[in-house]
Amino acid sequence: MNSEVIINARKDLHGVSCPMNMVYTKVALAELGPGQILEVILDDGPPINNVPGSLKREGHEILRQQQCEDGSWALLIRKSD
Amino acid sequence: MIDFTTEQLNRYSRHILLKDVGVEGQVKLGRARVLVVGAGGLGSPAALYLAAAGVGTIGIVDNDQVDISNLQRQIVHGTKDIGRSKVESAAEAMRAINPDVEVRPLATMLCADNIMEIIKDYDFILDGCDNFPTKFLVNDACVMAGIPFSHGGILRFDGQTMTVIPGESACYRCVFRQPPPPDSVPTCSQAGVLGAIAGMLGTIQTAEALKYITGAGRLLTDTLLSFDASNMDFRKVALRRQDDCPVCGARPTITELTDAEQTVCALKK
Repeated sequence: MNSEVIINARKDLHGVSCPMNMVYTKVALAELGPGQILEVILDDGPPINNVPGSLKREGHEILRQQQCEDGSWALLIRKSD
Repeated sequence: MIDFTTEQLNRYSRHILLKDVGVEGQVKLGRARVLVVGAGGLGSPAALYLAAAGVGTIGIVDNDQVDISNLQRQIVHGTKDIGRSKVESAAEAMRAINPDVEVRPLATMLCADNIMEIIKDYDFILDGCDNFPTKFLVNDACVMAGIPFSHGGILRFDGQTMTVIPGESACYRCVFRQPPPPDSVPTCSQAGVLGAIAGMLGTIQTAEALKYITGAGRLLTDTLLSFDASNMDFRKVALRRQDDCPVCGARPTITELTDAEQTVCALKK
């Protein structure tokens, strides 16, 4: 994945636990068009272990999943068509 | 377009998490208008779950007062409500569950003269009435007005339900041509009914209403679902629209609404 991808929206979900992190991610995705890119920041542990799988099951694509210095994760999601 | 408060996102999170409901489905629920016919055994769970689901406008029509014999199954009412108008009692419980929804209590009896005026403001009708004349009246009026509805009925340990999309799927009269002769079928007050089956059937009907609004899944159209809770047997019977149906067929013979004899409603102790 090249790093020049255009991010259409960002949502910081530091400190937001399951399942509300998925709810907020879905709300953020609902505001985007098909194929647009959302970046969410998720806590380490259950959030990063659960949210990406849930998004894939809904047909979205995970473009990148990168751990940040503070241990949280930056997740790049491409909204389903 | 999406203007949920944090509180609403928390309240509706378990809907929003569903792939087939999601944010969009919850928005549709908030904009939807559903009428519950009867604040009794079927209408009780329906009213509570529709309110809990955040259906934006919920009408509930019934002309009865709460009686102690209702409380074994009509769970929207409490002991303190005995003697109160059923729709007022139901409205209070619904608003207590979810202050977001607009509840319209209609303390009147549905009849040929008022039904069209009442149902025209709704997207879906959930029929939980307790008598055949009203069931046929709801069917005929909904077919004429083109409003989808759920039919439901319970007796003893048995329940049956079907969902009707007028003009597309079989209507109640495609299956049952006319009300049975008076006194040929006992009522709940004569034959009895297991309280919990009111919940079983009323919640199936409510799920159909929520599915219709959100577009999730496949409806119980062209299908009669019946169950016998004594053995917990469930059965689906495939139905088809009937060309000679007197209300939705090619040459309808029922073109205006009339009140059949309200024998069941006359059965008061």
